[in-house]
Amino acid sequence: MLSHGIIQAAYVIAALLFIFSLRGLSNQESAKSGNIYGMIGMAIALIAAVASIKGGLHWIIIAMVIGAAIGLYLAKKVEMTQMPELVALLHSFVGMAAVLVGFNSFLDAHTMITSNELTVHLVEIFVGIFIGAVTFSGSVVAFGKLNGRISSKPLSIPYKHYWNLAAIVVSVILMFTFIGVKTGAGALVSLLVMTIIALVFGFHLVASIGGADMPVVISMLNSYSGWAAAAAGFMLGNDLLIVTGALVGSSGAILSYIMCKAMNRSFISVIAGGFGSDGSSSSSSEEEQGEYREMQPAEVAQTLKEARSVIIVPGYGMAVAQAQGAVSNITEKLRGMGIEVRFGIHPVAGRLPGHMNVLLAEAKVPYDIVLEMDEINDDFPDTDVVWVIGANDTVNPAAEEDPNSPIAGMPVLEVWKAKTVIISKRSMNTGYAGVQNPLFFKENSYMLFGDAKDSVEKVLQNL
Amino acid sequence: MHIGIPKERLANEARVAATPQTVGQLLKLGFTVSVEQGAGHAAHFEDQAFIDAGATIQSTKDIWQNDLILKFHAPTDEEIALMKEGLTLISYIYPAQHKDLLEKLATKNITVMAMDCVPRISRAQSLDALSSMSNIAGYRSVIEAANQFGRFFTGQVTAAGKVPPAKVLVIGAGVAGLAAIGAAVSLGAIVRAFDTRPEVAEQINSMGADFLELDFEEEAGSGDGYAKQMSAAFIEAEMALFAEQAKDVDIIITTALIPGKPAPKLISKEMVESMKPGSVIVDLAALTGGNCELTKPGEVFETDNNVKIVGYTDLANRMPAQASQLYGTNIVNLLKLLAKEKDGNIDINFEDVVIRGVTVVKDKEITWPAPPIQVSAQPQKKAVEPVAKPEPKPMSPAKKYGIFALLIIAYFWLANSVPESFLGHFTVFALSCVVGYYVVWNVTHSLHTPLMSVTNAISGIILVGAILQVGDDNGLTTAIAFVAILIASINIFGGFFVTQRMLKMFQRGK
Repeated sequence: MLSHGIIQAAYVIAALLFIFSLRGLSNQESAKSGNIYGMIGMAIALIAAVASIKGGLHWIIIAMVIGAAIGLYLAKKVEMTQMPELVALLHSFVGMAAVLVGFNSFLDAHTMITSNELTVHLVEIFVGIFIGAVTFSGSVVAFGKLNGRISSKPLSIPYKHYWNLAAIVVSVILMFTFIGVKTGAGALVSLLVMTIIALVFGFHLVASIGGADMPVVISMLNSYSGWAAAAAGFMLGNDLLIVTGALVGSSGAILSYIMCKAMNRSFISVIAGGFGSDGSSSSSSEEEQGEYREMQPAEVAQTLKEARSVIIVPGYGMAVAQAQGAVSNITEKLRGMGIEVRFGIHPVAGRLPGHMNVLLAEAKVPYDIVLEMDEINDDFPDTDVVWVIGANDTVNPAAEEDPNSPIAGMPVLEVWKAKTVIISKRSMNTGYAGVQNPLFFKENSYMLFGDAKDSVEKVLQNL
Repeated sequence: MHIGIPKERLANEARVAATPQTVGQLLKLGFTVSVEQGAGHAAHFEDQAFIDAGATIQSTKDIWQNDLILKFHAPTDEEIALMKEGLTLISYIYPAQHKDLLEKLATKNITVMAMDCVPRISRAQSLDALSSMSNIAGYRSVIEAANQFGRFFTGQVTAAGKVPPAKVLVIGAGVAGLAAIGAAVSLGAIVRAFDTRPEVAEQINSMGADFLELDFEEEAGSGDGYAKQMSAAFIEAEMALFAEQAKDVDIIITTALIPGKPAPKLISKEMVESMKPGSVIVDLAALTGGNCELTKPGEVFETDNNVKIVGYTDLANRMPAQASQLYGTNIVNLLKLLAKEKDGNIDINFEDVVIRGVTVVKDKEITWPAPPIQVSAQPQKKAVEPVAKPEPKPMSPAKKYGIFALLIIAYFWLANSVPESFLGHFTVFALSCVVGYYVVWNVTHSLHTPLMSVTNAISGIILVGAILQVGDDNGLTTAIAFVAILIASINIFGGFFVTQRMLKMFQRGK
């Protein structure tokens, strides 16, 4: 048994190591050591926690071994294109754990001395379980949407905002009854009813958000899972949990903010449902379409060969088609010919913040030629060829040119300023936002139809 | 159908309406092709090359007996006399200037497609011969200017001193103007450009030139992709601008044309006189009278103050091989529309606005001019005034501080009514949020996915909470804690491991 002081000290060290861990992610070089810091911090925290308990060590070890085996198995076999699903799944585990810890706290919560302390403690439990349950069911839905088991279309039931509001109001009322009753079956019932409401609330919240808003949803759930851990920290009076929860919570909140900004939408409007659900604004985009021109893979290869600088703009379509390997091969080949190849990544490309970067890294594209929107947007006018692979709304000039467009004001990659734009796409269908893309009809645009992987490979053969 | 490619008869004309390469494409469309003996000689396409491409060589007399004639210039009377009745002719016609020519052709039942009447819509760009030729002329104008100029275009700093770059003014940013800008910029000159249509400013900037803005409101696009004639006040402002520029620049390239009218006079005698000795003016509008008062069509004229005015009317013809290739490809693209079945037969379908536009004589009837199509992407008339979304007003300071004060009061009230231990935890919580905020903002965008998986792993710290609950005697509590530990461990191990896996993949370029 270690003394209380040593355990507290260990917790402080663990908390600092977690902060270093996040700090390490500020660039690629220090990222790996950052991850190691995180692991060490976690190990210290666990040892300290285990050292402070009175018994039941065998249960802890059995549970951890099973959990570790499952976790390592998942982490090892996951495809990089499935990262969003894995992240969503892991969020749901945190939510679930928070709910379980919350119930446990309630079950042995009656050793408090003053009634004042007990009330605060009960509020903490209640809030902790609520956040945990929302995180859990929300993440499960996000997981289902991402791997296609649930339709990625936004669910739209009538008066959905009122349902959400009602869920919150009822939960608040339940909280007051819960605090009033304090113990016994009555309190447990209100806690259970609230849990069910929170689960349904979380389910509905995410179900009513469309597929391409997933980056925001995932970051939001990331944030919730942090708040859930922090709430657990409050109920257990454990500062380490509070610190860690707050770190994760603010991290998720910042990511959500960045994602929303990249779509020029407010957080509320994303949570309230997908594009076009307000139905009013898609007026001016339909009238003018015009003609588009097609290019064959051989011509694309020729165009690329003749270029001096090429920027590839990947989107979710590349991830779906698993084309990143072929894209990487082309990159290598073109760079071998002395052509400057770079990548332009829109912040919300893919289904997870930074998703495209991970896919390209997996395909061994060097990270120093993968640039983000703000870094590369000024370079398009000097670029010979831009190749858009499976992106649509993030390269839509209507965002800048048409004030009536539903996506007006969203920052986009200004690909149309390049000399030639090649767009790989399956068909002329609109993107997620349901907005026609005038880019396809620009004079310097050419379409390369077909599955992204097939067409990229055909181009590769012709190089 | 059998296609005949006659030799151009105009003096010094070097171009030809097909090249060995386009002959191959014509054959693919199902046509057979004959070329007049020596037709491509001046453009360096020898008869043998045409034969190798699959064409036959015919004499001058036979060539006019084919079903479909492709050529550059409008036919002369002599040529019309040679034509077989009922054939189809594709060439330049300029129907506005040559109404009598249309009638002559109509009486001989010739179907005529005018390559100069291609409507200016996006789809028809691939057959827009005027653009192809303008592009070449624009490029060549800079080459001619450089030749006459006799000085560096690009600025240099040498051991023997500094050489200033040449300053070029391009007037009119149509196809020719833009091509000239591109060529001059790539030679290293400082290029400025002017156009009456303000919407081309972006194109000018994209080519690397500065757009000279005129402080004057007037819409210049006429809706068909060409500029129109401007008001007197506008012209006055414009002339003042040119007069000022003339004193400064070394080279002026003018490309201003108004369809069907004489070229506008933009550079007056006085302006030429104000230019520095050795300066050059290239007038691409020389054929229709010139943009400069002193232009002599077809020749280089040197003024008393040693300014050279290049009035060549055959700039595209000075690059005959490529001019022929581009023109030939324009024709192939037109025939692709006409011979959709690729069986060597043409179908003149007036439903297609492009075919309707180019066809000027059909079934002995003059079908020129075609009904207008409005296409230019000029800024939509301000009918739809962009509803300026009210900018979210920055909160007034009073309001902001008010909310702040309220929060502090609420916090004090809370602090007063909760136990002390809670406050301690709350302090930790608040400080951690601030730390988290600053740390996470530093995370580079490309590492956002690893960030999420690391935070995921870290939020598995809830495991500590579950561990602390195991020790209790209550069997139910231990069981629940057991499950919580299990799933939280999945998070910790899975999260850290997958992060490690991802981070290993990020590699710096060799």
